[in-house]
Amino acid sequence: MELICPAGNLASLKAAVDHGADAVYCGFRDDTNARHFPGLNFTPEQLRQGLTYAHGRGSRVLLALNTYPQADRWARWQAAVDRAAELGVDALIVADLGVLDYASRHYPELRLHLSVQASATNLEAIRFYVEQFGVQRVVVPRVLSLSQVRALAADSPAEVEVFGFGSLCVMVEGRCLLSSYVTGESPNTYGACSPAKAVQWHETGDGLETRLGGVLIDRFGPGERAGYPTLCKGRFRVSDQTYYAIEEPTSLNTLGLLPELAAAGVAAVKIEGRQRNPAYVTEVTRVWRSALDDCARDSAGYRVRPDWLTRLGKLAEGGETTLGALDRPWQ
Amino acid sequence: MNDISAASSGPRLSLGPLLYFWPRDQVLAFYRQAAQWPVDVVYLGETVCSKRRELRLDDWLEVADALAAAGKEVVLSTLTLIEAGSELGVLRRICANGRYPVEANDMGAVRLMDGQPFVAGPAINLYNPHALQRLARVGLRRWVLPVELSADALGAMQAQRPAGVQTEVFAFGRLPLAYSARCFTARHYDLPKDHCELRCLDHPDGLALHTREDAHFLTLNGIQTQSSQPHNLLPALDELRGLGVDLLRISPQAQDTGTVVDLFRHALDGQLDPSEAAGRLEAMIPGGTCDGYWHGQAGMTHRVSGP
Repeated sequence: MELICPAGNLASLKAAVDHGADAVYCGFRDDTNARHFPGLNFTPEQLRQGLTYAHGRGSRVLLALNTYPQADRWARWQAAVDRAAELGVDALIVADLGVLDYASRHYPELRLHLSVQASATNLEAIRFYVEQFGVQRVVVPRVLSLSQVRALAADSPAEVEVFGFGSLCVMVEGRCLLSSYVTGESPNTYGACSPAKAVQWHETGDGLETRLGGVLIDRFGPGERAGYPTLCKGRFRVSDQTYYAIEEPTSLNTLGLLPELAAAGVAAVKIEGRQRNPAYVTEVTRVWRSALDDCARDSAGYRVRPDWLTRLGKLAEGGETTLGALDRPWQ
Repeated sequence: MNDISAASSGPRLSLGPLLYFWPRDQVLAFYRQAAQWPVDVVYLGETVCSKRRELRLDDWLEVADALAAAGKEVVLSTLTLIEAGSELGVLRRICANGRYPVEANDMGAVRLMDGQPFVAGPAINLYNPHALQRLARVGLRRWVLPVELSADALGAMQAQRPAGVQTEVFAFGRLPLAYSARCFTARHYDLPKDHCELRCLDHPDGLALHTREDAHFLTLNGIQTQSSQPHNLLPALDELRGLGVDLLRISPQAQDTGTVVDLFRHALDGQLDPSEAAGRLEAMIPGGTCDGYWHGQAGMTHRVSGP
């Protein structure tokens, strides 16, 4: 299985390459990708440097163009495809039908990966994208159970890539508008979920309050660790109970499932976190490189090493990790 | 086979698929009433959760026949989040039903339609004219504007809309905002999803979610998350007309759906001024409505007067 690592800037790209990423994924510095955060991402010149660095050391570079352009902004996505093809990226990661169409017609030799934002969760959907656009790999949403991933990978006409570690979406990626409902901007339209400019922190008599677009997402008492107000990870009241009604602030960590994922024929494991710093990329890449190497050497004897969990735990959102839907028994 | 009828002069009214889980008798009674309502198109079927089986496909087809006999155009809607092989099996049967057109809510359904005419539901991400044109090449006849897009975005889509493709807009009802593999209703009752005891049956309009300062924020409907308040575009009727929208969708709610249909109908027919109709509608909804998306703002917000 390949290790696909995130890079929000050139330093992170180099860190990922240096520590054993098979491929690095990144985006341009605008709303053409789903990590459209201030100060993040690559100018074309930086991407050119990144490509030279990665290719010189045997790694590949994938470019995320995975938001949904609207008519008035279409030219930016089209130009981004052109630029990426000129620079020689190893694949585009795309969600929108129009962008897939453009890229597949104009650059038939350029590899296309279907972004997780395209919400392909079943075999017929995957077949559609393979037949219509020649997609060669599908990144599947983090809502699938292990048995579902296994069934998909067994029959999929495209390679299957799964998320291994990082922030967890409990909603189907590409099918969650909660962020625009509260702030006017969503991953689909703007490349950001719960954007920082809509966040407020207030110290009050009742504790530290976090708000998004004015909506109270959570309130933290003394001794509670306050988290970023990602809106699905707050505490809310339903009937007479106040709890994490949608999702706890945890991170995904599938280290324990590597032999099963490998046996299922999963082609690649992706690490989330283009918005994180180079130290995060370094540490996560090192841990996952070791784990994938252990698994490849002796799948039956593979054991998760305690120090991997300690190191990843320090980087996880909320300090906690979960297997997410992969661990669920449901059908 | 019944077809997706051609575009008409002004917007027609549609009744969207029932998003909640109601007991069988309630569903059947609802559609008996709907047969008498002044709606032109009715979407039937389960779009949220495959565990909701009060009506099977054959039951839905019986309802469809009754509505078609009453002069309604019927479209069979399909599941939005499709993961299990059993879910694909049901989807294949619907796509091959041979009698009624199909609303696809996942690309899997688009593939299974195999070039036959279909409607793209609101969960199919069509954000630009290139995407619309691409889907038209594989049989798209009608699309529903993704609910987070604005009037301006719709205008740009309409300007480059492929020939023979109709546009439908989600005009009234709680907005479908997100889908998950997790069931939030089961989670509320601390039940595993596979043994949910069908608790959605107890919540005919979903479960209200409030913030810790008691603001009504969202509605939990099984694996689907909705807006707290109904989205209401009745005040924007003239604008919708001007944009050449073919269909206005009213999403079924447990109460007063027939009255909502009447108010839209009267406003469309000129029997009521749209602002007068909108005022009556607002008066029926204690918590108010939202329309922010239409104005390019946060979806939960509400603009008091028209554009």
